Order: sequence, then structure tokens, then C-alpha cells
Amino acid sequence: MSSSDLSTLWLTLKLASVVTVLLLLVGTPIAWWLARTSSRWKGPVGAIVALPLVLPPTVLGFYLLLLLGPHGPIGQLTSWLGLGLLPFTFWGLCVGSVVYSLPFVVQPIQNAFEATGQRPLEVAATLRASPWDSFFTVAVPLAAPGFVTASILGFAHTVGEFGVVLMLGGNIPGETRVVSVQIYDHVEAMEYGRAHGLSLLMVVFSFSILLVLYARRSRALDA
Amino acid sequence: MPEPVIQARFRVDYAGFSLAVDLELSGRSVTALFGPSGCGKTTLLRCVAGLIRAPGGRMRLNGEVWQDDHAGIWVPTHRRSLGMVFQEASLFSHLSVQKNLEFGMKRTPSASGQELDAVVKLLDIRPLLARKPAHLSGGERQRVAIGRALLVRPSLLLMDEPLASLDATRKLEILPYIERLRDEVKVPILYVSHSLDEVAQLADHLVLLNAGKVVVSGPLGPSLARLDLPTAYGDDAGALIQAVVGEQDERYQLTRIDFAGGSLWVGRVERPSGAPVRARVHARDVSVALTPPVGTSILNVLPAELTQISDAGPDRVHLQLQIGSGGSLLLARITRRSRDVLGLVPGMRVYAQVKGIALM
Repeated sequence: MSSSDLSTLWLTLKLASVVTVLLLLVGTPIAWWLARTSSRWKGPVGAIVALPLVLPPTVLGFYLLLLLGPHGPIGQLTSWLGLGLLPFTFWGLCVGSVVYSLPFVVQPIQNAFEATGQRPLEVAATLRASPWDSFFTVAVPLAAPGFVTASILGFAHTVGEFGVVLMLGGNIPGETRVVSVQIYDHVEAMEYGRAHGLSLLMVVFSFSILLVLYARRSRALDA
Repeated sequence: MPEPVIQARFRVDYAGFSLAVDLELSGRSVTALFGPSGCGKTTLLRCVAGLIRAPGGRMRLNGEVWQDDHAGIWVPTHRRSLGMVFQEASLFSHLSVQKNLEFGMKRTPSASGQELDAVVKLLDIRPLLARKPAHLSGGERQRVAIGRALLVRPSLLLMDEPLASLDATRKLEILPYIERLRDEVKVPILYVSHSLDEVAQLADHLVLLNAGKVVVSGPLGPSLARLDLPTAYGDDAGALIQAVVGEQDERYQLTRIDFAGGSLWVGRVERPSGAPVRARVHARDVSVALTPPVGTSILNVLPAELTQISDAGPDRVHLQLQIGSGGSLLLARITRRSRDVLGLVPGMRVYAQVKGIALM
């Protein structure tokens, strides 16, 4: 495996790790709100979160490019804050990946919060725990399996993305060139051998992740 | 110390359900909130706990205001000095029994390790401490839940049908522990139940709810012997007699219990003379005769005055009987035909034949 292949692998792992952390930070409050609210905005917000499931990644990437670009509102905000423009940078890729993988993180956590129900939090309140206290000491631990599933899915899905990366990140070595893009380049250049190396690695990685997930699920069903 | 007092005034209106209560209760005892499903007893308890905020409501405990919407006061549940036991034990499944017990304790500044020991002993849960809730029986879980609620040193303990999800055997396993709470811990308890037998065993004061309204709020014994209340309608209708242990009959293994106006022989009670006992006499176990019965196998025959008669169904009537002049009341359920054959009218002297007595 060449040093450029290794650097794309390293970048991919770095991206997926950063994005997973960001996804948990952004996704948890959304999942909490969706699990508890009876607001009429629950439907629309849930649908927006789920959009990346059905939209072509190119559409998502296209609109993110516009939003984050020099004429987009977020682009102007980041320029004004002195952060520069996000498209074609590592952090632009992070933002795109967070949006793209959000449903894979929100939904398992939301399901876990819903399955826990209101009762444990009521019990915690009668045991002197404030709402924040009981969120961290009761709600989150009880939803732990949901968080694990969400992290694995968020990580794996970020590793596997291609369309959004290409639209928003381009192909800058060491900055935005991730494994999926590198494979594409190898194939374009007719370097099938090198494409095989990385592709096989991706197959093994994805299979292992799914194996872990399904094993967890059947164990949870047994318990 | 002034008499502890619970003042609760709530109005809740949902579609198809409303609750409107204004109660003042002595906080020294076990108060049963009793009534059929849907009568609002659990809603009332949740209002007291602050798990439901009834607009315009008012809740005070011993002068401490928990809710007074007119004065803009609202104390959230976690700042109220209460403990609550739910119908399902609702232990935290991710924590061991020990950690469950410590959960509220750690958040109660005045709680101490000695108390943990005392509660563990009171409820016999020491062997369970290291286990996870998933590995406990229903009765064990409920005992842990009771302990957990006690360890926050509540000024008021709320129990929402704590036995309803248990089978009959488990109920019998838990009841003695709740009696111990009443007699040893002396924390005032609001006890929601739809089982009259449970109420008769545990409570001192009865709040009878029907369709969101308080039908009666009074001392338990006299309330249970009233014929005009829904408590008299069910199959488990019956009186409660507060008695003390009297003479022991070693030869026949019987014990005499004495109460105002008379005494009853019951199966042997292993308690010292003078110890208080509660005797539950179901209406279905009492019949009457006009003359002292002779040649009967029934052990307990009490002279009584017939004070009231009321219908208890198409074929039966209920009789309220006063034993002696002391004021203890019994209920009897007889057929309408027997009433006519015997020509029973209020004021008559009769003999009550008691076939079964449940001691608690």
C-alpha cells in the first residue's frame, strides 16, 4: 500500500472520529427533544433529520456548497467570524458529514430514549435528582445501547460516504481526499490492483461493523 | 410538635376525566386513597408529588407550601421532601440494588449510612445488595423500591398501588413490611389502593374517591361500616374491628380478642396479651338469629342491635349491627327473603353469628 493510500486511510479515520463526536453532541439533544415533545414541529423536524436517508448525496452536497460558500449565509457568517470558507477544507467535510449521517445517530438514540419512557425520570425526580442530573445519571445510561449503535453507525456511515465528499471537499491530498475518493481515482487511472487493496479493506471493515451490530442486537433480544 | 397536616386542593380537567378535591388530612398516619379504577386516586397522588401540575392547585405539608398558584409558588418534585413508590418497582435497571438505594440518599444531605443499614434491615434486603434489578423477584424489587424511597428521609411517603402488580403470595410477602413502616418508621403515608382488604389492613384514615370527587374522608373503622358508601357494595365489604389480644386458650389453640362492646375467639395469635390486632369481618361471613342459637358449631355469637338495613343487590340486603353499647360495628349480608321471614327492622335485638375473621 502506497504512502498516499495510507494517508487517505488516516484522513478517513480522523474524519470519521471527529464527525462521530460532533454527531453525538448535535444528535443527542435533537433525539431527546424528538423523543419527549408533543409539539406540532416534531413531524417536520423528524422529516428534515431523515432527509439524508433518501436524498442523493449530490443534492445534499450541492446545497451545502451553496450554504457554506462565499454567497451563502453560513459562508458569510464563517467569513465574518474569521474562520474563512469551509468548502474544500477538512472542517467543511466534517460539517457535510454530520448532516449526511445525522439520521443514523438521531434515530437509535431517539428510539432508546422513547423505550426508556417517562417513568425512570419521574422516579429520579422523587429521589431528589434535578432534570439535568437525571438526564446524565438515568436517561443517558439507560439509553447506552442506543448510543453505542448510534456511534458505530455514524462512524461507519462517514467512512463510507462519497457523494457529499466529492461535492463539498473535492480531492485535496491530506485535507479532503478520503478512501472512497482515492478508490475512485485508482479506478479512473485503471490501477485496479491498488483499487482492490483499499476496496477489500472497506469490505472487511463494513462487514465487521455490521457483524458487531447484529451480534449486539441478537444478544439484546436474548436478554 | 404541632400535628402534621396535609392540605391538598386540586382541579384537573382532561377530556372525559376530571378531578376536584379539597382535602385536609392528618399527617400522622396511613391515609388510604381508595376507589375504583379511573376515580382519580393516582392523579391526586401525582398532583401531590408535583409530577402533574394542576393549574390553580394548592398543596401544603406541615405549613410548607409546595404549590400555590395564586401566590406563584411551585416547588418542583425534586425539591419536595417526599418519597414515592410506584406500582411497578421502577428500579434503575443499570444500577445494582445498592446503587439504587444510594441514588436518592446521595442527593439528600441529611441522610446517613446508618440509615441505609437500618432500612436494609427493616426490609430484609441485605442479600440482594450486589444484584441487578433484573435478577430480583417482583416482591424483592418492590421492597428495594420502598427502601429507596425511605432513604431520602421523606416527610411524606406516597405509595401508588405498590402491591397491585404482585400476585397474592407476593402481596402477603410485602404487606408486613409496609406495616412495619407504619409502626416503626412513623412516616405519614398516602396509600393508593383499589383493594379494600389492603386498606383495612394498613390504613387509619380513608379517603374514598369516586369520579374525581371525594365521597368521604374519615377514620377507617366507622367509614367501612357505613352502608351508604360504595365500600359496602363489593364482595369484600365488611367491618374492621380494632381489638387487643385477651385470653389464650392453650387446649384448643384459640385466642380471645377484646374490643369495645365484646370479644371474639380466633385462631391462635402469638402475641402478648394487650397487643393491638385488627380483625376484618366480611359481611358475607356474618349471619343473624333472633334467639341465641343452640347446638351450633359457630364459635362467635354476639348480641347486637340492628341499626340499619340497606339493599345490596336484587336478592340480598346488608345489615349494620352494633355490638354491645361500645360502638363497634359489624356488617352482615343476608338474603332479602331471610329479612322478610325474620321480620327484621332497625332497632331489633339480634344475635350476630360470625363465621370467619381475618386477623391482620
